[in-house]
Amino acid sequence: METKNWKAWLYLLPAMFFLGIFMVYPLIDVLIYSIEEGYNFASQTYQGVGSYNYAYVLRDPYFLQALKNTFILVMITVPLSTGLALLISAGLVSIKPLRELYQTIYFLPYVTNTLAVGLVFMILFKKTPYTDGLANMVLHFFGGGTIDFMDGPYWAKMFVLCFYTIWVVLPFKILILTSALASVNQSYYNAAKVDGTPAWRIFWKITLPMISPSVFYLIITGFIGAFKAYSDAVALFGTNLNAAEMNTIVGYIYDMLYGDSGGYPSYASAAAIILFVIILTITCINLLVSKKHVHY
Amino acid sequence: MKVVLKHLTKKFPNRNKKQPDVIAVNDFNIEIPDGKLIGLLGPSGCGKSTALNLLCGLLKPTSGKIYFGEDDVTSLPVENRGVGMVFQNYALYPHLTVKQNIIFPLENLKGVDKLTKEQMSEKAYEVAKLVQIDTLMDRKPSELSGGQQQRVAIARALVKMPRILLMDEPLSNLDARLRLQTREEIRRIQKKTGITTIFVTHDQEEAMSISDMIVVMKDGVIQQIGKPQEVYDNPVNQFVAKFLGTPPINLFEGEVTDGKLYIGESDVMLVQNVPNQKVVVGVRPEGFVLDEDGALCCELKGVEVMGRDITVVSEHENSIDVEIRSIISSENQVDTEADRVHFALKREKVYLFKVDTGERIRF
Repeated sequence: METKNWKAWLYLLPAMFFLGIFMVYPLIDVLIYSIEEGYNFASQTYQGVGSYNYAYVLRDPYFLQALKNTFILVMITVPLSTGLALLISAGLVSIKPLRELYQTIYFLPYVTNTLAVGLVFMILFKKTPYTDGLANMVLHFFGGGTIDFMDGPYWAKMFVLCFYTIWVVLPFKILILTSALASVNQSYYNAAKVDGTPAWRIFWKITLPMISPSVFYLIITGFIGAFKAYSDAVALFGTNLNAAEMNTIVGYIYDMLYGDSGGYPSYASAAAIILFVIILTITCINLLVSKKHVHY
Repeated sequence: MKVVLKHLTKKFPNRNKKQPDVIAVNDFNIEIPDGKLIGLLGPSGCGKSTALNLLCGLLKPTSGKIYFGEDDVTSLPVENRGVGMVFQNYALYPHLTVKQNIIFPLENLKGVDKLTKEQMSEKAYEVAKLVQIDTLMDRKPSELSGGQQQRVAIARALVKMPRILLMDEPLSNLDARLRLQTREEIRRIQKKTGITTIFVTHDQEEAMSISDMIVVMKDGVIQQIGKPQEVYDNPVNQFVAKFLGTPPINLFEGEVTDGKLYIGESDVMLVQNVPNQKVVVGVRPEGFVLDEDGALCCELKGVEVMGRDITVVSEHENSIDVEIRSIISSENQVDTEADRVHFALKREKVYLFKVDTGERIRF
């Protein structure tokens, strides 16, 4: 066996080569950038090694704003979108007529361009001198006042961002959950029915545990995806996210690299490492929790 | 609990809308006495599982009535019928332990029937002892053998003391040895609880060995109802005769002429009162007697010695199946080198059927 080992390595070489260049090397490079103080991009020089970049980023009000936005976004959209997707897929599998039509409709947002969707949301929510937008018309109908969703108070903008994010991530979750639900053996439901199990108990005690691996997968990827949110905010509020108070961590990293205040790869790297640590922590917590509640 | 089915019919719409409906269960009339073990028997697709689902309430009949005792339960929803069901794949909840699985039906009880945790646990252990799994209560179903899973499924169906116990192919997922063991076990449990039990199977041996009564079905129609031995000894038609018994009955093309039954050229038996006609002759494997002067002469193909008895495999030009399998006592000596073997037939093991309808011709 030992003599043939080199062959195995040879087969793995192409994959390892590309992984090394495009994954491992950049990761290490980012880590190095983040500890090089006073790095000058033009001359490729730096003054010393230390934690100054981290200290700067963590004191930067723009970063703190982005951190806050990202956390709110994650904490609202992940549970809400997963729960909603669960409800919709449970509804979808329990109806027979028009099911395929509904499935198609629910899946449409997934194949629609993010920026195009952003444009539609702008039309729905934006207040212009000519119109208050569709959302406000609905509000007026129910006797509410006008709210400027796009340029108004912070919570209104956050609402639009969360609404939009949920709407965008929903189709994929519905797709995964519908197939998970459909794969649960009908005889479990029959057995439960014969025993006179109420519908809600069937859902909590049988359906949910049965599809828990899929739900767990969606929660993990949902967390990671929401933490890396950026294009959604851009689609709604344009590229100057700091001004709109709607920046995200990834948005902050991008700004540090290429934005108006760009040219600070060290700060960007430090922020990226912080994001990495946050996602790692959350994922570890998820894995720990899942040990108890996920049944493979 | 006595179970009565009156004109029970279930039709399914055909996939191809222009075709007529599929009649899975066609005009069932059975009266099942209290406390008996009944086997619904038939080949795949004959509607026996549909019949079971109608009884349990998972399917609604197209027409007809179902009575449990004196109660008409036809339109009663499944949860109010008080039936226990063992599914073919057991349908044990994989994420729950054995104990949680057994308790599950009890936790659904509401109102006056509601039980405390201790009562539930007590009941679960009681029924687990009955099926002998009380030492496995904390395991998950995946940690059990097939036979043990089966017992858990039975325990779960029994725990709320159902009026009727239904089992869908209860032994089909077990290996041969376990099947033998488990069917005795089912018999024992049924005897002990005295619950009217109806089970579905396509294995005639299974049905014959443990049922008090068997119902033989074909294409949604009941062919014959009766005690296993009665049905075996006295089949009403060719299908029932062919379906019951291993090895199966041997069929020949024959002809009745002037009160004599001919298979090929040889007249094998006197049959008075049967008009002249072509017939199908069925002979049970145990209906052959080795006899030098026997009328039926077959080409000897082989001899299988099983210890207790011998299976003689032979061929005959008028046989409908390729081989004739006859079972004779091992006290007989068969010359395995011989080309031909002569049989006499036992009169009570020979049946005549009409060629076109398969209906039995009595003689």
